[in-house]
Amino acid sequence: MAKLIIDKDTCTGCESCISACPFGALSMKEGIATVDEKCTFCGACVDVCPVSAITLEKEEKAVTIDISAYKDVWIFIEHEHGKVGNVSFELLGEGRKLADAIGCKLCGMLFGDREAVDRFAKDAIAYGAEKVYVMESPLLKQYCTDSYAKAAVDLIRKYKPEIVLFGATTQGRDFAGTVATTIEAGLTADCTGLEIDPETKYLKQTRPAFGGNIMATILDYPNYRPQMSTVRPKVFPMPSRDDSRKGEIIRETLQMTEDQARTKILEFIKGAETVNLADAEIIVSGGRGVGGPENFKVIRELAQALDAAVGASRAAVDSGWIPYEHQVGQTGRTVRPKIYIACGISGSIQHQAGMKTSEIIVAVNKDPEAPIFKIATYGIVGDLFTVVPMLTEEFKKRLAR
Amino acid sequence: MKIAVCIKQVPDTTDVKIDPKTNTLVREGVASITNPFDEYAIEEALLIKEKHGGEIHVISMGPPQASEVLKNALAVGADKVYLVSDRAFAGADTLATAYTVAKTIQAIVGEVDLVICGKQAIDGDTAQVGPGIATRLGIPQLTYVSKIKEIDPAKRRIVVERLLEDGREIVESSLPVLLTVMKDINEPRLPSLIGIKKAAKAQIPTLTAKDIGADENRIGLKGSPTWVTKVFSPEARRGGGEILQGELSEVVPLLVNKLMDTKVIK
Repeated sequence: MAKLIIDKDTCTGCESCISACPFGALSMKEGIATVDEKCTFCGACVDVCPVSAITLEKEEKAVTIDISAYKDVWIFIEHEHGKVGNVSFELLGEGRKLADAIGCKLCGMLFGDREAVDRFAKDAIAYGAEKVYVMESPLLKQYCTDSYAKAAVDLIRKYKPEIVLFGATTQGRDFAGTVATTIEAGLTADCTGLEIDPETKYLKQTRPAFGGNIMATILDYPNYRPQMSTVRPKVFPMPSRDDSRKGEIIRETLQMTEDQARTKILEFIKGAETVNLADAEIIVSGGRGVGGPENFKVIRELAQALDAAVGASRAAVDSGWIPYEHQVGQTGRTVRPKIYIACGISGSIQHQAGMKTSEIIVAVNKDPEAPIFKIATYGIVGDLFTVVPMLTEEFKKRLAR
Repeated sequence: MKIAVCIKQVPDTTDVKIDPKTNTLVREGVASITNPFDEYAIEEALLIKEKHGGEIHVISMGPPQASEVLKNALAVGADKVYLVSDRAFAGADTLATAYTVAKTIQAIVGEVDLVICGKQAIDGDTAQVGPGIATRLGIPQLTYVSKIKEIDPAKRRIVVERLLEDGREIVESSLPVLLTVMKDINEPRLPSLIGIKKAAKAQIPTLTAKDIGADENRIGLKGSPTWVTKVFSPEARRGGGEILQGELSEVVPLLVNKLMDTKVIK
């Protein structure tokens, strides 16, 4: 078992380690730091101790693998309703950098029926994939955990990529966990930063935790490969498309029959709003200040003028003014639009967890003390029922709508 | 219906503050709560039991103080609860955690019809443990479930609604299956007075690595492929906090100018 050892004679009781511990596992006893069972051996305290009184003892791993057999950077090319998700292209852009840094190939991993595979393999190549590993089967026409996980596991076992990246979408997050568990590899969720050591090829995966209040950088032990992550959409820029690029397509057969698929999609009901929150460049959100379901009209009108999606705070959803799928925040969706307009939203820590990383935040609120103003790029203190319609009118004028 | 519900104790982020001096999370005095998504998981199990009969087994893996969330589960009507707690589990990432919980279900709870988890925990936010448990148990999974439309225990079949980015998907699965549930699936009940009294007196059984027959190479730090190398505060938002002052007739066009300049609005 791993151990965190605090040298009682060296410890000066400065308490630096206590605030550094993200898990609240350290406390002072008789002027000396002590550790309790909440410790996860992350080592954050080791780095901050000014007198090097803390050491972390980790034991050797039982499993050993031939790490040199693993090469190339793979991107899962996700598609739905006849279109590749933008996050897959963003990852091809970022994957290019990783592949160049360690001198390997950038590859796509694509599943679907014949039509989808032919079309989307071209897309992946145009965005930079040198090879695309494809599996084509009617069982892969629509996303389904069983068939997609089976396809990915078989390809990864056969070709041994060094790195596999998935979009942190409902699709990516649904089956990446299945794949990682089946091959017993590491998986880091919902990353917002990737960095690679060109020598060791270790992938430093940075992600928010505790509702975005802290960031953690995660590594995979060298005896587990591939290094896998799901990455949030809109973190990396969209690379440019170049249809003159050439790439190789490698076809494999899905080793699965129809009766092995344990789940079946019966129907898909498209959301009522035209733009979905995850893809939206602009979001207009309403909160407690909106005051009632019929008042959301003001929010919707601004959203319409801007071709934006409509969001909401938990307060508005819990009051039954707008359905849950609009909720932004810790128990709703995490969004990252270019512009987020918060109307009548005070900006609780939970709401911030879902929208803090938006590029520009605009806040409209009656209360000048509302926490939302602390993170807003621009703020207007005023009644949303006056300000928002004025914004709508002004935008309509400029956009000639 | 035999249902296993997996829950986690998490710090209440309503209380989480950042120390302005050290820029780190202030954890002292922060209350611990049941992960909000897991409350929906427990409630859904109770609703299913009310309709179809059966028993509800609630499992939580964590330090000894996590027994508190299991007492809450007992108070609302769980039949059996188990705290899976051992120093040997410390440092577990999602792979090792899913192994440990799945092992507990197999060794202690036995054959189940349903496993229900919250969509994700609000401290780690990974959403990886649910699918991991399903894979270890060799059962299918339905994630992001916002509604159970139909359960047919005789035909061993379930139909649910999943909430995706751009709509809702109606999916059918065979039983047993693992569900991860979202917030709008139900409204968790409050415990009754009798429930609270019963829970307060209850002894929470603790299971160790040995009790669940865990392979020591697959638990805790040893069974975890990933490790946290660095923890730091996120960058403060840049250029924030410009409150536009003045008459609305001037301020509104000014804001519109600033936003039009970004070229995002087309």
